[in-house]
Amino acid sequence: MKTDSTDEKALLKGLALNDRNSVETIYKLFYNMVQSLIINNNGTADDARDIFQETVIVLYEKAKTGSFELNCQLKTYVYSVSRRLWLKKLQQQQKFLPSMNNLEETVPVEEEVESNSQRNAEFQMMEKALLHLGEPCRSLIEAFYLQKKNMTDIAGHFGYTNADNAKNQKYKCLMRLRKLFFAEFKNNNV
Amino acid sequence: MQELQLLDAIERFLRGEMSPEEMASFEQLRKSNPEVDEKVVEHTMFLQQIDQFADWKNFKSTLNDVHTQLLESGDITQEAPKATVIQMWRKYKRVMAVAASIAGVTTLLIAGMATYYSQKKTGADIERLRREVKREVAQKANEVINTMQARTTKAPENTPVKYGGTGFLVDGKGIIVTNAHVVNGSSTVVVQNSKGQEFRSRIIYTNPATDLAFIKIEDADYRSIGPLPYGIRKGGTELGEQLFTLGYPREEIVYNEGYMSAKTGYNGDTLSFQIGVSANPGNSGGPVFNKSGEVIGIINARQKAAEGVVFALTAKNIFRSVEEIKKDSTYENIRLTLNSSIRNMDRVQQIKKIEDAVFMVKSY
Repeated sequence: MKTDSTDEKALLKGLALNDRNSVETIYKLFYNMVQSLIINNNGTADDARDIFQETVIVLYEKAKTGSFELNCQLKTYVYSVSRRLWLKKLQQQQKFLPSMNNLEETVPVEEEVESNSQRNAEFQMMEKALLHLGEPCRSLIEAFYLQKKNMTDIAGHFGYTNADNAKNQKYKCLMRLRKLFFAEFKNNNV
Repeated sequence: MQELQLLDAIERFLRGEMSPEEMASFEQLRKSNPEVDEKVVEHTMFLQQIDQFADWKNFKSTLNDVHTQLLESGDITQEAPKATVIQMWRKYKRVMAVAASIAGVTTLLIAGMATYYSQKKTGADIERLRREVKREVAQKANEVINTMQARTTKAPENTPVKYGGTGFLVDGKGIIVTNAHVVNGSSTVVVQNSKGQEFRSRIIYTNPATDLAFIKIEDADYRSIGPLPYGIRKGGTELGEQLFTLGYPREEIVYNEGYMSAKTGYNGDTLSFQIGVSANPGNSGGPVFNKSGEVIGIINARQKAAEGVVFALTAKNIFRSVEEIKKDSTYENIRLTLNSSIRNMDRVQQIKKIEDAVFMVKSY
């Protein structure tokens, strides 16, 4: 299970591109470690899954910036992030905080975890806004902006006579989504 | 529509789909129109947000896919939580179930017993308390009558009090006003002041139509209290004016506050007016004062169906009746006080002055 730093760099590069193989490798390498950490500290298998995925997302966001310099073993980093995330979650649930037995060494990751939770909040707002948008706007927006389909396909799929019609509709939907999102944003920040 | 075109332009601009000329004019527009520029910036940020969101969603779905796939292939295994509590639970399931049910039954039993007994207890308490209060009142009343009989024998022997009401002096020499229905049909009237002293008195005038009665204290023990602290108001009273009452709904003088509610009494009766105050049997004949301590009325009735609807006779009736009484030469020198000497005092002081002139009227 040892990985050297060149492997790790390649792995992170693949991760940044949302490459399935890289994700699988990371899963195989670290999942069991994180799972033991969670389960030995008052967690369930579902908790382990959530925390691990959060951790990989943190890693993904870091990798995407391209300027990510890993100063320690990837394993240590993953462990640190998971640990921090789990402690935070326990704190939120106001559960009894276990004195996490530090078998592994950790590195400070507060900053990453903080910005991750900030981003998560924003994504949740977007999700909520999309939910409030209703059909067919939601599917239209998702098809174009999320699945990045091209306008002609979308027009065919949604039964618009031509791409221009679909485009107009899409912009109208987008304007509404923007309104909903910013309303949500204001709500959360007040 | 313009908005849509702008959005389209922004997106094409960001994707670099614009021709150089179009790009130049778009840049020009942004520079010349700050509103457009702001919109471009805002929308760019929003699109970035959507982009990140899309990334995040796609990545999450990849993660989920990988997770389920690896679970199926057995590359990762779902570890069972090996928390010790759960193991204990499994081991002692039966014991714990029994213990829990015993605890539950006991709790229910105790709770049930507690509520059962406590309910009964409070119920009895209230009952007893009520009885006691009643007995106390009765006892007290008896006591008063007894001591009075022993001391002064002012009330006729072995005759129970028929009616109790309130009355107040209109002349310091011992002329008291009360309601006609308080003294109606009684042979003897005894008045009692706030200190508990009793005085024999005689009815000198009753008018069932206005429901006013005048009685005169004819008792050697009575000393004139001199000029009355309060005046009797001839004029009317305004709605909403603050007022207060003194009376004897029980063996003790009772003070109450209220306001003028209506200028006429029950069914539009102009001889009386309506006040908002709480009044009980025994308040009849009691004076109603305004805030400067002038008598503005005499309480005589309350509406049964409604709360706080009390009627009082206007003080003007007193003047009319006094005119009639004066026709009898014996009472020629009745003087009604017009001015209140307690005008600017505070309420407690006012009551201290007034209370000596308010009597309980007991008719036998």
